[in-house]
Amino acid sequence: MQVENKTFKPTIVAFCCNWCSYAGADLAGSARLSYPAEVKIIRIPCSCRLNPMFILKAFQRGADGVILCGCHPGDCHYTTGNYYARRRMTTLFSMLNYLGIEKERTRVEWVSAAEGAKFSAVMNDFVATITALGENKKLEDLRCKK
Amino acid sequence: MQEIMKQAKLKAEELLTKGVVNRVIGWTEGDFSYDCSPATFTLDNLDKFVYTEFCGANLSKYLIEESKKEGKILVFLKPCDTYSFNQLIQEHRIKRENIYVVGIECRGKVDIDKLRAFGIDGVLGCKTEGDKLICDTIYGEKTVDKVDVMLEKCLSCKGKKHVVYDELIGEEVVEEPKDRFGMVAQLEAMTEDERYKFWQNELSKCIRCNACRNVCPACSCVHCVFDNPDSNIASKANTDRFEEKLYHIIRAWHVAGRCTDCGECSRVCPQGIPLHLINRKFIKDMNEFYGEYQAGEDTETKAPLNSYTFGDREPHEFDTKEGK
Ligand code: SF4
Ligand code: SF4
Ligand code: SF4
Ligand code: FES
Repeated sequence: MQVENKTFKPTIVAFCCNWCSYAGADLAGSARLSYPAEVKIIRIPCSCRLNPMFILKAFQRGADGVILCGCHPGDCHYTTGNYYARRRMTTLFSMLNYLGIEKERTRVEWVSAAEGAKFSAVMNDFVATITALGENKKLEDLRCKK
Repeated sequence: MQEIMKQAKLKAEELLTKGVVNRVIGWTEGDFSYDCSPATFTLDNLDKFVYTEFCGANLSKYLIEESKKEGKILVFLKPCDTYSFNQLIQEHRIKRENIYVVGIECRGKVDIDKLRAFGIDGVLGCKTEGDKLICDTIYGEKTVDKVDVMLEKCLSCKGKKHVVYDELIGEEVVEEPKDRFGMVAQLEAMTEDERYKFWQNELSKCIRCNACRNVCPACSCVHCVFDNPDSNIASKANTDRFEEKLYHIIRAWHVAGRCTDCGECSRVCPQGIPLHLINRKFIKDMNEFYGEYQAGEDTETKAPLNSYTFGDREPHEFDTKEGK
């Protein structure tokens, strides 16, 4: 059991807005700031593109944590997308928690294209949180497990 | 209720004869008195029309198809049904000009399963007297406290006001809205693991009959995601714990802000899953986060998920009292 815990490497899916966080991740890279290899980035055109189904599907396919990164409120490339996304994610996360899913498994962070350092810090922190939390058992699909 | 039913029938007859409408949608009895389902009528079969303690079904959703047809249709709507009607108008799903709405008095409908749990079988008919329900059965007359045998949705009635109608039949029984969020709050007070267990236990009963979706007035999509073979979502029996939850989270999410809390989903669920506890969580949250909102109360107000303010709370603050 102990050994298993030590070697547990979570799978993290990060949905990143093309106009900010995705560029932020790029910047983190060119500044040689590291973020854990467990983070799989999926580029989306705006934070409001994130259909809740994507989050659930990510969990189904083996994610242990899902994070959405978008432009800071007020800076959305499409002006208001992230305001809608904020309401949606607030109510959705609340619902997931109501059904018993750990609060820590889902997160939203606003990261601009200039915040390479923040991107790296956020990802490191999120991976550490999920590592401590352990495997996603409550929203897993056994058929998708290796 | 006998009296109201007579009046409703007369009204239907009058409007059909005058040619104001060419069809009526109401309820009819099946093989048993408690087996009431929606049906359309013309003068030819109007004698089959009933309005009893077992007419819990909400007729609004049928208007999506019915109001596309030629001519006007008369619909009888109970107070809670009028909210669904308004919501469908707001979503441009029904044609108001093709519908004549008669608001009909309601004093709470009866759940046959609850009656049976009281050992009352062979029901031939029921009538309400004050807060008692008098049942005529093949074994003689039986009396119960009505509150013990009412449908869940009637126990948490929004207040018996018709929010839309062309004409009313019976009295407007105005009542204080009953508490709808007590059980949600109780669940919120549990730990994550307790809640998980509770829902695992409930949702694993689901046989994916899709009845909750089919009856829901908010689930009016022409192509539902659950019917799309390419969506990678099973449209029949859930095969594991993930799918059990997926269906309910997604459906509740799709109707969030549009669910009028009409209670039809819980009423029709053959497995007795308390689906209203999922929908009401969304309603309660949106009320707390973004201000009071009742879907279907009018046809103008924007739903909370269709709007925003600059100072909305951040997603991780969902469980704090006032956000930041
Ligand atoms: S579950 Fe969603 S897609 Fe299906 S009918 Fe309901 S709202 Fe539409
Ligand atoms: S989700 Fe249930 S309560 Fe809400 S509108 Fe649909 S059937 Fe009615
Ligand atoms: S009505 Fe009940 S059993 Fe049928 S799909 Fe809905 S929750 Fe599942
Ligand atoms: S464009 Fe980045 S959140 Fe909308």
